[in-house]
Amino acid sequence: MRIPVLKTYKIYIGGEFPRTESGRYYELKNKKGDLIANLCLSSRKDLRNAIVAARGVQHKWAGKTAYNKGQILYRIAEMLEGRKAQFVDELIQLGYSAKDAELEVLESVDRLIYYAGWSDKYTQLFSTVNPVAGPYFNFSKPEPTGVVVAQAPNNAPLSGLVSQIAPIIVGGNTCVVIADELSGTVAVSFAEVLHSSDVPGGVVNILTGKTEEILPHASKHMDVNAVWFTDLSKELAVSVETDAALNVKRIVNTNYKKWTKEDAQSPYLIQEFQEIKTTWHPIGM
Amino acid sequence: MAHSNEMGAPLDFKGLWQYDAAPEDKSQVKIAPRYNHFINGKFVEPDSGEYFDTISPSTEEKLSEIALANENDVDKAVKAARKAQKDWAKLPGKERGKYLFRIARLMQERARAFSVIESMDGGKPIRESRDVDVPLAAAHFFYYAGWADKLEYAYPGKKASPKGVAGQIIPWNFPLLMAAWKLAPALATGNTVVLKPAETTPLTSMFLAELIRDAGIPDGVVNIVNGMGATGAALVNHPDINKIAFTGSTPVGKFIQKALAGRDVSYTLELGGKAANIIFEDAPIDQAVEGIINGIFFNQGHVCCAGSRLFVQESVANEVMRKLKYRIDTLVVGDPLDKNTDIGAINSKKQLDKINELIQAGIDEGGQVYKANVSTPDKGFWCAPTLFTEVSQAHRIVNEEIFGPVLTIQTFRTPDEAIKKANNTAFGLSGGVWTDKGAKIFNVTSQLRAGVIWANTYNKFDPTSPFGGYKESGMGREGGLHGLTPYVNLD
Amino acid sequence: MDFRNTPRIDQVAVEEKVARFGTRSIKKESKMQALKLALSMIDHTTLEGMDSEGRVEQLCHKAMQPIVGQPDIPTVAAICVYPLFVKKAKSVLKDSGIKVASVATAFPSGHALLQYKLDETKFCVDQGADEIDMVISRGRFHQGDYNYVFDEIAAVKEACGSAHLKVILETGELGTLDQVRRASDIAIAAGGDFIKTSTGKVNPAATLPVTLVMLEAIRDHYDKTGIMVGMKPAGGIRDTKTALKYLVMVKETLGSAWLNPDWFRFGASSLTNDLLMQIMKQKTGVYQSLDYFSQD
Repeated sequence: MRIPVLKTYKIYIGGEFPRTESGRYYELKNKKGDLIANLCLSSRKDLRNAIVAARGVQHKWAGKTAYNKGQILYRIAEMLEGRKAQFVDELIQLGYSAKDAELEVLESVDRLIYYAGWSDKYTQLFSTVNPVAGPYFNFSKPEPTGVVVAQAPNNAPLSGLVSQIAPIIVGGNTCVVIADELSGTVAVSFAEVLHSSDVPGGVVNILTGKTEEILPHASKHMDVNAVWFTDLSKELAVSVETDAALNVKRIVNTNYKKWTKEDAQSPYLIQEFQEIKTTWHPIGM
Repeated sequence: MAHSNEMGAPLDFKGLWQYDAAPEDKSQVKIAPRYNHFINGKFVEPDSGEYFDTISPSTEEKLSEIALANENDVDKAVKAARKAQKDWAKLPGKERGKYLFRIARLMQERARAFSVIESMDGGKPIRESRDVDVPLAAAHFFYYAGWADKLEYAYPGKKASPKGVAGQIIPWNFPLLMAAWKLAPALATGNTVVLKPAETTPLTSMFLAELIRDAGIPDGVVNIVNGMGATGAALVNHPDINKIAFTGSTPVGKFIQKALAGRDVSYTLELGGKAANIIFEDAPIDQAVEGIINGIFFNQGHVCCAGSRLFVQESVANEVMRKLKYRIDTLVVGDPLDKNTDIGAINSKKQLDKINELIQAGIDEGGQVYKANVSTPDKGFWCAPTLFTEVSQAHRIVNEEIFGPVLTIQTFRTPDEAIKKANNTAFGLSGGVWTDKGAKIFNVTSQLRAGVIWANTYNKFDPTSPFGGYKESGMGREGGLHGLTPYVNLD
Repeated sequence: MDFRNTPRIDQVAVEEKVARFGTRSIKKESKMQALKLALSMIDHTTLEGMDSEGRVEQLCHKAMQPIVGQPDIPTVAAICVYPLFVKKAKSVLKDSGIKVASVATAFPSGHALLQYKLDETKFCVDQGADEIDMVISRGRFHQGDYNYVFDEIAAVKEACGSAHLKVILETGELGTLDQVRRASDIAIAAGGDFIKTSTGKVNPAATLPVTLVMLEAIRDHYDKTGIMVGMKPAGGIRDTKTALKYLVMVKETLGSAWLNPDWFRFGASSLTNDLLMQIMKQKTGVYQSLDYFSQD
């Protein structure tokens, strides 16, 4: 009899897989109470490191061509498709039926392709040339907001994560995602997909642990530009929004009942993490 | 012919020929001794019975007294707006549009009165209220009037519907223009409004209330209540609003964002700024100097997007400085109603105190100060155009928004250095770039983290042109197609 | 000297700046002062193929006595004529203090041999001209022969002797404000005492934007060297309103030192009577008719 090799799940910061600096962990168990894995209970220092990593590469990531960013998103989809079986297994471990697990993975692949395609189009959709009443060429176009912290939803271990990451990064932002506690294994495996698919280190950072421990530090962090939360308690939502005012963070509070459905994808979600810049220039000789 | 090898002595702009006073006629303008709230299409007395004075900052004379709104008054206004909203939204877009066109036309007809009142109440030069504020306000209504029946083209794949009742709080630097920026898109998209003007500049809003009544806008669609911060807070905290639009300082914007935490109220914030205006050595220098002047001294520097941090490439710094000094010596400071005035009165005593405090801080921190050689009247609130050199990003006057005619000047050597320093701020509203080289313009304008970038120009505004900030300068855009978004739900 | 890299000019910003000068409101005493000043700065001009001794004589009388019975009203600064009429003009104007300016150097095209231009200049000076209004070689300028243009101006300047040299750039043929600035810098560097916009034979002639760019070139030269250069917009300035905008521009660009006929001139003909009508309107409070003003 062969003893299976168990995987150690670590967090994903700056293109590396460290353990939490705190050394803390939590036990992820299935419904029967069997241990699935030990997962990192990320600390605020892990968050800080992740934000530093995200900020460090944001300018460079935003500077890549739209074509290139689209290719990279497509590459993520390819990698995910190739590892379909692994994700199906992990979802089944979490209690998914084989059919639902497959749907969750395949829809996630399609979601990546959906946003890969938007990469070189959303700018055209949200830009304008403005006919000002004077001898000026004036245009407005979207630019990335910067560093986004996202709280992944608790009802879609993979499709939720992917549906947040894709519109954020396709718009030139970098992000730190706080994975749902019960989705930790899937989230970390997705980090491995990202790692093998040309996404520069630091563009996406994934932490496992407790949202209520980590998110409050993100909403206070002065180098975070936006927070996307999905299913916070009323109390936590109020405190996150209140703290966001410290540096006028953009708050997005959007959740979906079924993240695999098409209404959970939209170019308007890309726009949520864009700033419109208007530029004027005289037209003369 | 006097030939010499010496550098020319400074030019003299104070010679024999000086302009005589050329005051705008104000005899046509009738300001009532007292103004009440405008709620549900009628002018109603305040619940508290209290009134506050509005004065002219250039003479310190009382112009009128204005009803002070408490929570009950705000509640009345919100209820009126709520009651009117359904029918207003149901009105076909083309009919709503016609009402907005009417407002625009009436504003053009009454333009001179609006500009005289704006200058009397707020202190800005008549040249600006006449040539900028009022025409742009009317143009804003014209622009959004046309959107009212075309919203289906604004959001591909989505259906836009109004948010509902919008509370709108506007500042004292462009009172009528900001009212137009707020009202026009809100009304075009089917929202109803409670507007709170700033307490030092309520008069043009009250003239606008009369105009709205005369335009036959249905009762309750636009309601205007006046007051101080507490009135604004009552509006923000009212349980039955769907949207807050605020233009003002960053501290108050943060207060509003906190106040709305956890509530199902969307908001847009147009907050402060500390814009960089970058002059490269290959710029058209004489025009750049005029752009610097326009950037910081327009409206006494009471402009959130003012180009208050000047960065000049070191190789042309002496030339730019010399020309700046020439130029500010020719600025006419004084009576806002005089057609030749370039710089009017500081809006309030409070604002003047703040400006003076920051100027003193600049001096205390070792900045070199140059004040324009201009005379100012005895009464009223005045501040001569002021330049600071020998300052750095470490200085308080370089970091804090002064909101007055005070320019800080730093030099730089390379484009990267200029961009880094330009972005070295909590704000991100606007910026300026001056160079004759096209490739450099696209590079620098795209690297500046700010919502409005003027290349080889400064402080230009247009209803079709979205305006708004990055970072702590706020969120959301006003103007243009993007300016509709804050007032609609997309399904 | 290298005139390939001269200061860049942004046309839109220049036009906006000029529009802003135009919003200055000149009233009461400051208006009367400006009207008289403008009148005293006029180069009262006739440059027609049909010019004759009779015509020039009449022009000179108008210059000396713009209006009858108003001794407080100044005379114009100069009359401006073709070379063949310098002698006649001098004989009429005598010691009136009114200068005689002559166009020269194959005005208006300038297409002639340098020697011809120098001979013509010397002829004018010999005839008694106080001021020479030369034209630059625009063809050579557009060919990029900036040093040729420079050398030609310098040679004419030498031929002028003690006569003042005004250098006509013919800005209507230069195409852009950048070129206006370049031509101004060349003319100033080559020793022109004045720079002048136009011959009056090309449309557009003087404009406010062009004049502003030239005034700024003069200012930059002054700042660098301390040397003052005069300015003369010519052609197309027909009414008082426009003339006052020029004065505002001079006042706010170069300051009070340039606000006199030694440093600023208007090349015009019909402007003289329009100014006179405005002056009489200010004096009497009554709008005027051209029937009451001599048309010479």
